[in-house]
Amino acid sequence: MTTPSAADGARPASSGGRAPSPAATTTNPAGRPAQEPPLLELRGVGKNFGPVRALSDIDLTIPVGQVTALVGDNGAGKSTLIKTVSGIWQPDHGEILWRGRPVHLHSPKAATDLGIATVYQDLALCDNLDIVQNMFLGREEMKYFQLDEISMELAAKQTLADLSVVTVRSIRQPVGSLSGGQRQAVAVAKAVMQQAQLVIMDEPTAALGVTQTRVVLELIDQLSSRGIAVLVISHNLNDVVNVADRVAVLYLGRLAAVAPIKDLDTGTIVELMTTGRSSRVAATPGEPAHATSQPGAGPGTPTAGGTPGNGTVGHHTGEAP
Amino acid sequence: MSTETHQPAESAESGDELAVEAAIASPEVIADSLGEYLRLLFRRIRSGESGALPVTIGLVAIVIYFQARNSLFLSPGNLVNLLIQGAPYIILGMAEVFVLLLGEIDLSVGYSGAVCAVITAWSVFSVPWWVAILLGLATGAVIGTIFGLLITRLRLPSFVVTLSGLLGYEGLMIVLVARSGHGPGGSIPISNTIIDDLTEGNLSPVAGWIVMVVIVAVAAAILLLRDRQRRAANLVTPPLSVTGLKILVMAVAGVVVVLVGNADRGTALVSLRGVPWVVLIVLGVLAVWTVLLGRTRFGRYVYAIGGNAEAARRAGVSLNAVRTLCFTLAGVTAAIAGIVLASRLGSISTDTDGGQLVLFAVAAAVIGGTHLFGGHGKMINALLGGLVVAAIYNGLGLLGMSAAATYIVTSLVLLAAVTVDALSRRGSRAT
Repeated sequence: MTTPSAADGARPASSGGRAPSPAATTTNPAGRPAQEPPLLELRGVGKNFGPVRALSDIDLTIPVGQVTALVGDNGAGKSTLIKTVSGIWQPDHGEILWRGRPVHLHSPKAATDLGIATVYQDLALCDNLDIVQNMFLGREEMKYFQLDEISMELAAKQTLADLSVVTVRSIRQPVGSLSGGQRQAVAVAKAVMQQAQLVIMDEPTAALGVTQTRVVLELIDQLSSRGIAVLVISHNLNDVVNVADRVAVLYLGRLAAVAPIKDLDTGTIVELMTTGRSSRVAATPGEPAHATSQPGAGPGTPTAGGTPGNGTVGHHTGEAP
Repeated sequence: MSTETHQPAESAESGDELAVEAAIASPEVIADSLGEYLRLLFRRIRSGESGALPVTIGLVAIVIYFQARNSLFLSPGNLVNLLIQGAPYIILGMAEVFVLLLGEIDLSVGYSGAVCAVITAWSVFSVPWWVAILLGLATGAVIGTIFGLLITRLRLPSFVVTLSGLLGYEGLMIVLVARSGHGPGGSIPISNTIIDDLTEGNLSPVAGWIVMVVIVAVAAAILLLRDRQRRAANLVTPPLSVTGLKILVMAVAGVVVVLVGNADRGTALVSLRGVPWVVLIVLGVLAVWTVLLGRTRFGRYVYAIGGNAEAARRAGVSLNAVRTLCFTLAGVTAAIAGIVLASRLGSISTDTDGGQLVLFAVAAAVIGGTHLFGGHGKMINALLGGLVVAAIYNGLGLLGMSAAATYIVTSLVLLAAVTVDALSRRGSRAT
């Protein structure tokens, strides 16, 4: 039983207010749903580890220039989903579309080449190298068979300035001397400089103080205002409410809901995270229903409703553990 | 002038950060005056982030101690002797820096260097001297590459692989000396005067001055040019006084070396003067490896792997290739050291103590400030640390200490250096 039935209370919550994003509608200002495919689309994605079903039937769209928060309790499958999107693990079912075209993310490099950058607070930076060296690691610029430190430093400085990161005293200081928020900023700036179009951040504000958290949240805003899509995992619902345009709730490997943030409050999100359902999401009358899954919707079948990314709430109630 | 400003509004939290940054960041990148540079340098040393200064101070203290105990220590003859004695330790230390930067270790450099020296000493009976040297270096490259491949492809720990090398290459050295047919007494003499002169030969006094002036001028030009380019690009540039001070230190060191080398250290009958060739060999190896580590992609990746191998892998760095190349370069550098050692001794003997050599090499690198666990260190560390080791070895010899005492003192110095390294790591992690 992997496919929930259409009758299990799939909920409508579609609203034109916040989504689609301005970036998505630029080609189509007439008010109709954007015809431009979303940046990233997962269709019926499933992932098993032996008998354990870590993800099943995930239908998720990531629109251009929006911040999508991915929330869920421990073990809900957030990390698995992110690792699938960033090419570390391959899905067992379903397909991944990048700008409407099916892609195979067979390695982290394949994802990076597409423009999917995953920012980890600790894994991505070398403490002993300075900010410039870290930002250009693996793509150093050369001049006369030597590292072109000056042009790299100028480019790094420019990128950091564009992202309004001004708190570092010198970009020639080792990353090990930076605070957690500054490290995030460096990692994000590295992704931006490498022309990332989707930045995935895994718990970017975990272990950060109030000031540093604000720095990171402002950074996420900066990214989306530059037309870069952000997928952020967070346990901190305050951060999610502050920064996200849309929220996707995972519950036991299933997508319990995807909705614009304004349609949800923290109480509803917590309810969805802990039970996989919410009475309050159901309380939006008069909207056309868009189930995220339909009977028999196998891998590769287009999502029902035809307006992916427009804030569909799918509310699965079957499949209790 | 710093163009990256910090926001004063960032409250106490960032106030602490700035103190930490100032402690860990290199003073050059922050200071805008000589006074501030010195202040930051001092704060940095106090917080345990050891640069070249502690080992320099240690070296001065050791020199003062031995000079007080035996006034011959600072005589030109002994100082030149110390340089020649120290050269193999310094070069072996540089070999060790390549692998220490990765967080690995190579315990075999002593005997693999000796094997390379045997190849050179043996082959020079039948081929020109430069071919013999190239053969020795190639042997070192092969030995290092084999280690590198075993360690990266089979994922064996470098400690164990090179420990087996330590034993295996001692055996190989003994077999080769016996098989060569040139070493009935257990040693192959160096039969070529040019290889002999690597350590025995001297520059003429005038040539010494010319070479010294050229080296200092080139180094100064590189420093000033780099500063000027940074200033032109409107980047933070070290103040002129700091660069001037560095150039002054280099010039003084150069003048001292040439003055010592040019002083007559001969006997009443035969005058002997001039800077030994081996000084240039050491400086040449130092310069080439410093450029390789500091100015190329390869060098950057070595530091990246030592700092965070996973981050380097995610950035697309080929870990296996860089690691293997490091072991290859360590092997080549060990071969240079082995040839210099054979040149100094006039022969390569089965008595060569590769175990002691490798300990001196690790000691030289670590005493100089290279971290044992990767990511931090420079070639110049091996030079300074090697001088410390050579000074202790030489000084204790002058005082008539036994070999046993020399071993014990050297081991204590190594232990002290490792302790300082570990403490500074703990300090920087605590921040």
